[in-house]
Amino acid sequence: MTAPRTLFEKVWASHVVSEEPGCPAVLYVDLHLVHEVTSPQAFSGLKSRGLRLRRPERTVATMDHSIPTRPGGLAMVDAQAQNQLRQLEANCTEFGVELHALGASTQGIVHVIGPELGLTQPGMTVVCGDSHTSTHGAFGALAFGIGTSEVEHVLATQCLLQSRPKTLEVRVDGALAKGTTAKDLILALIAKLGVGGATGHVIEYRGEAIRALDMEARMTVCNMSIEAGARAGMIAPDDVTIDFLEGLARVPQGEAWDRAVARWRALPTDEGAVFDRSVTIDADAIGPMITYGTNPGMGMPIGARLPRPEELSDPAARAQLEKALAYMGLRAGQPLLGKAIDVVFLGSCTNSRLSDLRQAAEILRKRKVAKGVRMLVVPGSAAVKRQAESEGLDRVFLEAGAEWREPGCSMCIAMNGDELTQGQYAVSTSNRNFEGRQGKGSRTFLASPLTAAASAIAGAVADPRPLL
Amino acid sequence: MPQFTSLKSRVIALPQADVDTDQIIPARFLKVTDKEGLGALAFHDWRYHEDGTPRPDFPLNLAESRGAQILLAGDNFGCGSSREHAPWALVGFGLRAVISTSFADIFRGNALKNGLLPVVVDAATHRALFEERGRDATLELSVDLATQTLSLPWGGSVTFPVDAFAKRCLLDGVDELGYLLGHEAAIARFEAERPT
Ligand code: SF4
Repeated sequence: MTAPRTLFEKVWASHVVSEEPGCPAVLYVDLHLVHEVTSPQAFSGLKSRGLRLRRPERTVATMDHSIPTRPGGLAMVDAQAQNQLRQLEANCTEFGVELHALGASTQGIVHVIGPELGLTQPGMTVVCGDSHTSTHGAFGALAFGIGTSEVEHVLATQCLLQSRPKTLEVRVDGALAKGTTAKDLILALIAKLGVGGATGHVIEYRGEAIRALDMEARMTVCNMSIEAGARAGMIAPDDVTIDFLEGLARVPQGEAWDRAVARWRALPTDEGAVFDRSVTIDADAIGPMITYGTNPGMGMPIGARLPRPEELSDPAARAQLEKALAYMGLRAGQPLLGKAIDVVFLGSCTNSRLSDLRQAAEILRKRKVAKGVRMLVVPGSAAVKRQAESEGLDRVFLEAGAEWREPGCSMCIAMNGDELTQGQYAVSTSNRNFEGRQGKGSRTFLASPLTAAASAIAGAVADPRPLL
Repeated sequence: MPQFTSLKSRVIALPQADVDTDQIIPARFLKVTDKEGLGALAFHDWRYHEDGTPRPDFPLNLAESRGAQILLAGDNFGCGSSREHAPWALVGFGLRAVISTSFADIFRGNALKNGLLPVVVDAATHRALFEERGRDATLELSVDLATQTLSLPWGGSVTFPVDAFAKRCLLDGVDELGYLLGHEAAIARFEAERPT
């Protein structure tokens, strides 16, 4: 009998190629996702050393960060962005990498297309030069972001040097109420742990509230693991996972599928396995959440009042809150409900999948976006866009007065032409509310697609529950 | 390969906690395809006015910061995105070490690969260093990697943790990719033995 192991330990152990004393493990990478922003210097490094890709077939590239999402017009924001895309194209051709280029029917945000194509599978190691690679952990994969030097390492050797992280169990009991989504759950968790609270750890999300989530909601949860500082977030595969994967383009077929399913069924954490740390939260106690500050840990229930710096005993925390409130142009103790906004952004690798669009459309159907408010709806991939259009969701958004855009990262990162102007307020379904994240001087309130849609109608921060 | 042995330098104090990589280098500057020239963009939106002129009171712009190679930063430095542009920008500015109570995982790894040493100190030392720097703008600190020590201005020193392998890489200029390439046989064996 081997000792009981966690999901993480099983995936880790099955990917260690070698481990020498005093050195990190050489960890094998099953799937390497690549995009235009964090790869050019890695390819240049390969070229200068005269190296090839060890496993081009395990490498998949897309264009997402610096591309325009304006409908019909595919003009780049500037020559630099254009050059970055050209380089990715040239590198993929030279090194034989599959590229889902701008305009392709399979293009989209890297963390949306991986799962959608069936590239992401349980038990895999998945890396990308992008911190939200944690998204893929929803399938029971060990998935994490890496820097550009490491991108070069993986391109050349299909391996990474990694020190073994610790494990953190997050058990979510109970059930989410109507109007409360996976986004609210993860925002509540980050508010509890803090933005550095899970540093050095891989989270495994467990418990009945997690089991009850569909795959897209699980991806939303795992996506934001990094916002608590976690190395990765994982959810054990179950029937929901296997049903989602069955029939997707890139999963094993025929007998290989049966063998894969048998392997996946053995992945969940064994009874009695031990985590380095555990945290429990109660899903019943969570309602719609919203952030008020300049990091994702500064979140609160949507009906709450802003915290007061004088209530904080730690001087550094007090200074940080004061700075955040000043940047956000908000007063301590004020409620956020009713706070007028300029823009609503529905999109990003956190919340741009079909179920996110459906939820927002449910609220916007036969209603109008408030006068003076701009709402962007940016599907996560070309496939999401097609599917949404076949259901008529684009009509719902357009009739409500929202913009129906082309797939991409868009205003989540504001390096592609989609951005807020100085001082503007947005309710955004993305994952980061850092200063300037959505454009220089931008002020972001992070929330769920339901809250975003309700706020678009009200022209101000609004609770979606009365509209459901 | 970037190397690091020891360093004695003035200190730039940036007390904010949770400084994220979007502050270290805003996303709109990530459209570059090389690593050079990012030093001028480090902390861009905190460092410059709207019209591009430097904010005289921002720590990096103070006269005593000129030539300083050590950044004394608040807790949890480098959270957020995986962009290696962050250490490229800091190193480009001239920094070689950052002192904090903690670093975000990806940033720490990226920093070490670029010869930027993350120095973790306990909360009490951290506070005392800020106080000392507040009193003496020309304060100099010494960092030694071989002994993993930070010399304290009031006497004595503290040790800081560094991953043993990263330390070897920095001291001896070991090339990580070269090390990985050296595992070719083991990688090939691993691939051959995987279940399909
Ligand atoms: S949508 Fe935003 S967070 Fe996600 S990959 Fe794109 S830029 Fe990064």
